[in-house]
Amino acid sequence: MRTRWLTAAALGLALTLLATACSSGDEGTIRIYTGRHYDLEEAFTQYAEETGVSIEFLSGSDAELRERIFAEGEDTEADVYMTVDAGNLAIAAEQGIFAEVDSPVLEDAVPESLRDPDGRWFALSRRARTIVYHRDRVSADELPTTYAELAEPEWADRICLRNSTNAYTQSLVASMIANLGYDGALEIVEGWADNAEILPNDVFAIQSVADGLCDVAIVNHYYLARLMEDDPDIPVELVWADQEGRGTHVNISGAGVTRYADDPELAQDLLEWLATDGQSAFVDGNHEYPVNPDVAPVALVATTFGETFVADSVSAAEFGLLNTDAVRLLDEAGYR
Amino acid sequence: MTAGRVERSIGDRLSLAGWPLGSIVVAALVIAPIAFLAVSVLDPNTEVWRQQWETRLPGQLVETAVLLVGVALGSLVLGGSLAWLVTAYRFPGSRLFGWLLIAPLAMPGYVLGFVTLSVVGFTGPIQGWWRDTFGQDAWFPPVRSMGGAIVVLTLVLYPYVFLLTRAALADQAGAAYDVARSLGAGPVEAARRVALPLLRPAMAGGVAVVMMETLTDFATVQYFGVDTVSVGVFRIWRGTFDRDSASEFATLVLVVALVIIGVERLLRGRARFGQAGGRAAGLAPTALRGWRAVAATGSCAIVLLAAIGAPVAQLVAWAVVEATGSRGTPLLERFLEFLGNSATLALITAGVCLLLAVVVANASRFSRSRSTGLAARLTAVGYAVPGPVVAIGVVLALVALDRLLEAIGLGLPGVVATGSLIGLVYAYSIRFLAPGLQAVESGLAQVGDEMTASARSLGHRPATIVRRIHLPLGRTSVLTAAVLVGVDALKELPIVLLLRPIGFDTLSVWTFNLATESRFEQAALPALAIIVVAVAPVAILSRRLAGEVS
Repeated sequence: MRTRWLTAAALGLALTLLATACSSGDEGTIRIYTGRHYDLEEAFTQYAEETGVSIEFLSGSDAELRERIFAEGEDTEADVYMTVDAGNLAIAAEQGIFAEVDSPVLEDAVPESLRDPDGRWFALSRRARTIVYHRDRVSADELPTTYAELAEPEWADRICLRNSTNAYTQSLVASMIANLGYDGALEIVEGWADNAEILPNDVFAIQSVADGLCDVAIVNHYYLARLMEDDPDIPVELVWADQEGRGTHVNISGAGVTRYADDPELAQDLLEWLATDGQSAFVDGNHEYPVNPDVAPVALVATTFGETFVADSVSAAEFGLLNTDAVRLLDEAGYR
Repeated sequence: MTAGRVERSIGDRLSLAGWPLGSIVVAALVIAPIAFLAVSVLDPNTEVWRQQWETRLPGQLVETAVLLVGVALGSLVLGGSLAWLVTAYRFPGSRLFGWLLIAPLAMPGYVLGFVTLSVVGFTGPIQGWWRDTFGQDAWFPPVRSMGGAIVVLTLVLYPYVFLLTRAALADQAGAAYDVARSLGAGPVEAARRVALPLLRPAMAGGVAVVMMETLTDFATVQYFGVDTVSVGVFRIWRGTFDRDSASEFATLVLVVALVIIGVERLLRGRARFGQAGGRAAGLAPTALRGWRAVAATGSCAIVLLAAIGAPVAQLVAWAVVEATGSRGTPLLERFLEFLGNSATLALITAGVCLLLAVVVANASRFSRSRSTGLAARLTAVGYAVPGPVVAIGVVLALVALDRLLEAIGLGLPGVVATGSLIGLVYAYSIRFLAPGLQAVESGLAQVGDEMTASARSLGHRPATIVRRIHLPLGRTSVLTAAVLVGVDALKELPIVLLLRPIGFDTLSVWTFNLATESRFEQAALPALAIIVVAVAPVAILSRRLAGEVS
C-alpha cells in the first residue's frame, strides 16, 4: 500500500515538473527580467489596459539576471532586461545581450547622456545621489556643497556612507573616476574612508543623521523623499552636490530589448511608452526623477527638492563601464 | 557468518551494486555544476588575486575565522546547555521549552538581522530611549559589529546543535549518564567521562552545520558590516562583473569548508557507538526547585524572546502599521499564490533530498568501500558553496546539457535549466542535501551494524532492509532531515531569485523585493509569513521528539 502511494506521489511530482517545463511563450506577452521591483505592477497594469499586451516579469538582482540571460542565449524567455544601475546595462551591452533599437521616440524622450550611443539600452528613471544633512547640527556656513569636501579632516566622524558592496556607492565612485581620474578620486575616497561610519543601507544612513550618529550622509534622493512622506518633521534636508562644478551624480534605472526577444517591436513599444506616457506611472511611486525632460517629477519631489538641478554630465555608459575600477579603488582606499 | 551464508541471485547482486552506484551518481550530480565554475581556478586571474591580497583578503580571512569560531562556540554553548537543561531537569515550562527552543530555526537570519538593527541599533527605539535618559553620547554596546553578527547568527543557528544534542541525550547518552551516576560517579565526572564522549558526534555534526551556514551567509553579515570571504565573492562578482574571478574566490570558501569538515571529523572522534538492540531508556530528569527553577525557566525564556518572540512582535507591529496605513503591503492579493509556491517548493525539495540522502546513507552502510564514503562526504560540498554560486553553476551546467541534447538531436522546447522547477529543485538539492544527509546518517548510526548484517544473512535485499529496518528505526531522523531541508528551502533566497520560472514567486522573493529597497515595514508581513509557515513543520518535529522522550 505504502509503496503504491509513494509511486503515485513520485509520478505526480514528475508530471508537475514537466508541466512547468513545457510552458513556453504565447503571443502578445512581453517578458521582463528585472532588477527593479517596486511598483512595477502599477505601470505594467496601466500599459496592459492601454494596449492589451500583458507583461510577465521575473524580479531578481541585476547581476544574476544578466548572467542568466547570457547563459540562456537564444533560448531566453526575456524580451527586456531592466536594471536599477548603469553598470549592469553597460556590461550587458558589452556581452551582446541587447539588440540595437532604432527609435526616434526614445531618442527624443531620453537625453543623450542617459542612453547607449548604439541604442542598446535606455535610462527610464533618474536617481540622484547627493548630500543630506541634519537641519540643526550643521550650520549654514559649514554646509558641505561638494562630495570632495566630505573628505576633509573637519568632517571626521561626522559622515555616514553606504558600504562598498553597494552598486550606488560604486557608481558614484565610478563617476568620480570619470571626472577626476583614478588618483584624484582615490584621494577623496580615502578621506571618506577615514571620516565615515559605513552603513548597510541608505535608510539607516538618513535615520542615523536624524538621530545624531552623524551629521551628514550621501544617499539617493528618493529614500529621503520616502522618509519625509512617513514623517514630514524628519530633521534632515537635502543639498544638491557640486552645483558649481560638475554637478550631482545621477544613476539610472533603465532597460534594453534583448537580442533574442520573441517580438522585438512589441518590447520596443513598451520602452517607448515607459519613456513617454508611462513615465509618471513608472517613477512617481518611488519618488524618482523622470528621464524625459517634458515630464515633471512627482509633487513631493518637485516642491521639496526642486524640479531641476545641475546633474553630472558624464554619460551613464561611461561610468557604467568604470564600475570595475571603482570597486578596485574602494578596496585600495580601505573603504569597507 | 560463512556457515549461514545464503546463495545470492543475480538480481540480488545487482541490487547490492545499485546502492554504491546510486551514491556515486548523486555525488557526481552535486559536484558537476560546482566543477563548471571551479575550472576557472586552473587559469587564475593573478591580477585580481594579487590586488585582493594587498587590500581586503587578509582582513576577510581574519573576520571569517573570528565569525566562524564565535558562532560555533556560541551555538555549542547555547545549544548544548539548553538541550541538557530541558532533558536532564524538570522546571516550570521545561516540556514546552523542549520544543519551543527549536522554533528559531524558522527565523531567517537576514530577517533577524534587519529587525535587530532597526530595534537595538543606533536608530532604534531602545538606543533612542537610552540617549534620552543618559545623554546623547552615552555609551552603548556597538550593535553593528562583529559581536552583533555573532549574536544574531548564534540565535538563529543554535537549534541545529540543540536538536541533535537533545536527540542523542534522549537515547544512549542520557541512559549511560544515569548508569554512571548510579555507579557512584559525580555529575561532573559522569558528564565528562560518559555523556560528553557519547554526545560528541551529535554536537560535532550540529556545529558543522552551523559553521557551514555561517560561512556561506552573505546577507546577514552585511547588516553588521562584517566582511567575510563570502561577501568578497559577492562583491567581486557584482561589482566587477567578473564571474571567473568570483568563482575563483568561491573556491576559497570551499577550502574553508573543507577545514570545517576536517574539524568536525576531529571533534567527532574515532569512536562509533552503535546500539545493539531496543531503545535506550533515556535520561531520568531531576526536578528543579526554588531559584534554580526560576533561573532555568528564565534562561530559556530569554533566548526565545531574543531569537523569535521580540522580532516577531516587531514584525507584527510593522505589519499592522502598513496594513492600516495608506500604502499597504504591495501584492497582498497574491499572498495565497506565494504561500502555495513556497510550500510546494519546500515539499518537493524535502522529498528529493530525503530520497537522495537515504540512498547515499544506505550505500555507505551496505558497502563500506572508500568510494561510497567519499561520495557521501562529497555531497556535503554543495552546502559549502554560497547560494548565488550554486545557482550560476546550475544554470551553466543545465544550459550545457541542453546544448548537448540539441547537438545529438534530442532538443527540448525552451531551456530545461530555467523554464521549469527542475533547475530550482536541482540547485536546492545540491545546497541542502548535506543537512538532510547529516540527520539521516545520525539516525542510521543508531541502527547497529549487526542488525543490517543479520538481515543480509537472512537473504533480504538492501531495498527491503532499508524499507523494513532502517527507515522504521530511523523514523525520527528521517523526519528531522525532511524538516531541516524543508525549512532551509522556505527561507532560501539567492537561488530562488535566479533560477525560478518566470511568474513563480515565493514568500522569500516577495520579502526580498521589498527588503532590498529598504522597505522593511512593508516586508514585515511576508517575513512573518515565512516564519509562520516554517514553524509548522518545526512544531510537528518537536512534538514527535517530545513523544519519543516521554
